[in-house]
Amino acid sequence: MLPPAFAAWFAARGWTPRPHQLALLDAARAGESVLLIAPTGGGKTLAGFLPSLIALAATPTPGLHTLYVSPLKALAVDIARNLMAPVAELGLPIRIETRSGDTPPNRRARQRQEPPQLLLTTPESLALLLSLPDAPRLFAGLARIVIDEVHALAGSKRGDQLALGLARLGTLAPNATRVALSATVAHPAALAAFAGAGRIVTATGGAAPLLELMLPDGPLSWAGHMGLEAAPTILARLRAARMSIVFVNTRAQAELLFQALWKLNDPMLPIGLHHGSLDPAQRRRVEAAMAEGRLRAVVATASLDLGLDWGDVDQVIQLGAPKGVSRLLQRVGRADHRMDRPSRALLIPANRFEVLECEAAIEAVAAGALDGDPPRPGGRDVLAQHLLGLACAGPFHPDDAYAEIRRAAPYADLTRDAFDAVLDYVATGGYALAAYERHRKLFRDAEGRFHVRSARLAAQHRMNIGTIVEAPMLRVRLAGRRGAGPVLGEIEEYFAAQLRPGDSFIFAGRRLAFLRLRETTVEATEAAGPGEPLVPAYEGGRLPLSTHLATRVRALFATPARWTVFPEPVQEWLRLQRAASRLPGREGLLVETFPRAGRWYLVAYAFEGRNAHQTLGMLLTRRMARAGFAPLGFVATDYVLGVWSAMQPVGVASLFDQDMLGDDLEAWMAESSMLRRNFRNVAVIAGLTPRHQPGAAHSRRQVTVNTDLIYDVLRKHQPDHVLLRAARDDATSGLIDLGRLAGFLGRIRGRIVHMALSRVSPLAVPVLLEIGRESVRGAATEDALLAELEAELRGA
Amino acid sequence: MTAAPLHLAGERLMLDPAGALVWPAARLLAVADLHLEKGSAQAARGMLLPPYDSRTTLDRLGLLLRRWSPAIVLALGDSFHDPGGPGRLGAAEAARLGAIARAHRLVWIAGNHDPAPPAGLAGEAAGAFAAGPFVFRHEPEGTAGGIEIFGHLHPKAAVASRGGTLRRACFVADARRVLLPAFGAYAGGLDVTDPAIAGLFRPGARVFLLGQERVFCFPLPARRRA
Repeated sequence: MLPPAFAAWFAARGWTPRPHQLALLDAARAGESVLLIAPTGGGKTLAGFLPSLIALAATPTPGLHTLYVSPLKALAVDIARNLMAPVAELGLPIRIETRSGDTPPNRRARQRQEPPQLLLTTPESLALLLSLPDAPRLFAGLARIVIDEVHALAGSKRGDQLALGLARLGTLAPNATRVALSATVAHPAALAAFAGAGRIVTATGGAAPLLELMLPDGPLSWAGHMGLEAAPTILARLRAARMSIVFVNTRAQAELLFQALWKLNDPMLPIGLHHGSLDPAQRRRVEAAMAEGRLRAVVATASLDLGLDWGDVDQVIQLGAPKGVSRLLQRVGRADHRMDRPSRALLIPANRFEVLECEAAIEAVAAGALDGDPPRPGGRDVLAQHLLGLACAGPFHPDDAYAEIRRAAPYADLTRDAFDAVLDYVATGGYALAAYERHRKLFRDAEGRFHVRSARLAAQHRMNIGTIVEAPMLRVRLAGRRGAGPVLGEIEEYFAAQLRPGDSFIFAGRRLAFLRLRETTVEATEAAGPGEPLVPAYEGGRLPLSTHLATRVRALFATPARWTVFPEPVQEWLRLQRAASRLPGREGLLVETFPRAGRWYLVAYAFEGRNAHQTLGMLLTRRMARAGFAPLGFVATDYVLGVWSAMQPVGVASLFDQDMLGDDLEAWMAESSMLRRNFRNVAVIAGLTPRHQPGAAHSRRQVTVNTDLIYDVLRKHQPDHVLLRAARDDATSGLIDLGRLAGFLGRIRGRIVHMALSRVSPLAVPVLLEIGRESVRGAATEDALLAELEAELRGA
Repeated sequence: MTAAPLHLAGERLMLDPAGALVWPAARLLAVADLHLEKGSAQAARGMLLPPYDSRTTLDRLGLLLRRWSPAIVLALGDSFHDPGGPGRLGAAEAARLGAIARAHRLVWIAGNHDPAPPAGLAGEAAGAFAAGPFVFRHEPEGTAGGIEIFGHLHPKAAVASRGGTLRRACFVADARRVLLPAFGAYAGGLDVTDPAIAGLFRPGARVFLLGQERVFCFPLPARRRA
């Protein structure tokens, strides 16, 4: 099937084309679009590009032939580099270039004039290209589209943007075929629909990974998620392996573990640190050191989940519960990244509940059962951004745009009314009070086509393309003796705001002392200040426990015969719970109440993940307040919700009635800081409060208006505005996780078991240890906190 | 709603949690930085913000006037976001301002955003307003002429609580100066630790964070070095 030159190239390296690589070639010849599902290390990327290389070798054509889209800029760069080798060795007349926000302007301009045959880019850069007036010319000859790591994009706002871009390309280059590359996923058919692929090719082979649960020496933790007491155990395992990746769940955990390891690191193993807030140059250095075999271990977060392999990793350690099976598999696949050899990994739980979760994950991996959410409808904020981009490229008729947009899978069910509302928002702001006729962004011509009002608006739009809204970040720079030192990375502004000169904090694997804030840069010195150092935390850093894994954890609780896999302290803990109270069942809800130290505690074993529990906590405490139980606070973990109150809660089952999703939810959402956060993101994505303005030397502070204030005004005067609707849609998943909560309340109805105990139960002990970490929000609760602080100060 | 008393130079001032300063003995109410028509000013720059900000601000002001029934209403400058603001004000909002000017003595103090008095609107214009031991003006100039009561800086303070950091608009006061929070619906805030604010106040100054029903009093946090 391979042309002779390519067959010889494979043979020269001792390779045989894999069946899925040939299958993709076959599909390309038939003009079919394909979703390729293969575990990491399956030669996926080459499979994606092989048809393009063969076609271009046979018929060299100028102009853009293949567009490659990846979620990571760095991945596009690496793939380009890896493709250079076969192209050079085969002597193919093919130009390969990357394009991202980092590409210098002169090269970007040249790429528009003389596009390379293979262009490697990101969803954001694609959206920008599509907003240019010459997009139709640029993409007219496009033959293939390769979408890499598509599982990491589908279902997110970046995925919505990509899907809209693909729909646009479907109009500009109707004959282009697509190939989407994905890791193993739970919903392949939905992913194929997302990519517009009519056929799914699944790579065969791949040995099942070998997972092993490992406990740190010493007593097993009751609570906490950092797992730092495992540092000696981890170090011993690092010494026994050639190259390890230690995956953790948050950036803060990465920093702390890195410190803990180095404190013990007498053998001076070269250990690196890799997470998303570190300066990209620093991350590149760590990756290069891995590739060259100069490191023995890297402590990493999700920043190493995707992308190329760096070096010969022979051991993966996951510290802390994995939270989801699919993600665990992806991480485990980093070790022995070859399909024919099983990957090995160690799971180290950070507390007792996590022992069960790790065990459940190991079972799920053995059973080949994956998790992941089914696709959700596309965001209206992303659609708003896309429509403005469409107008920037050239006038469009709404009927055509509507038809095209419905060809993007996330918008397949978009109604015409909803489309018109978003378009009206883009054009005029979408306000009931028609105040901005003079300032409309889009105007209609006599033929009903929409035009963008000015070149300045188009320029502003192009500066603001993208759907990743990060919390305001500040650079961290090391202040050298002479002038400024290197940039280490970024921390969130709110964290920097709480630092006073001399305060020490841990970042980029160093212990730093805060010196001063200069413009948007935090200057720090590498000196140990007094006291416990602070660790920067980041918004949204933690993924909640997946529904699938939660179901397995419940099953483990409910089946004592399977407890033998657990270490003895865990078995004893579960036996004690069975004797003192009950075990949470596979279905229904176990609720315990008990008095302790002058308060009453209510613990609900819901297993719905932290976000849904937080929402449940907010709603439940409102209801308890109305019932006169005087709730004082609550704590939400991935497994349970704990509420404490001044009065004994009675009639517990009725507290969980489904109608709490009615008026209480309405009232709470109105003042919830989480909905405000959603609105902030929506307002930025939809272009209400653009982050960048052309020609503006102003700081962000000067050009933006606080979205919380806009939210309050809009909610009061036009609660049905399209952006409020978009913010609410986001709440059904994500931080509020209403969808999961609603499902849960329906499922437990009539199946609530209330145990009124005289004292704390064994399972509830970890909850008590978490207490004090609750997050309380909403103006009324905030006022209560302020009053408490004021009183404290007065008393002091 | 409970206002907090602030005693200065033998006079009692009330700090209303809605963000106004009231001097009951003089039947005077002062608000700062209304920034009316900020929404429409941004719209001209391509940010189509909800056009309800002036309405919201005047709703809040109306409630305050009913609560205190002052004889004198002082708007301490930056009452309009830009000089064109009065011309863009909706008919209903203009009428409401007219009604306020008929029922009270309404004084527009000049601000940096609105150096000239609002064209076509009722009320008197002034650069500053002196009464008793106090001088009301837009920006701080010096305390030689009396205790300064001013706005311009949009103060906001953060306190760390066990539920996370809480940020609110606030008053800042010491024995010589009182800084009012911005009253406008779209007026943002500047942290009180910023040298522009902290540098104006002496040690022992206090901040009064706006709550729903009352204000919350804390020491002015230490100044952040620039």
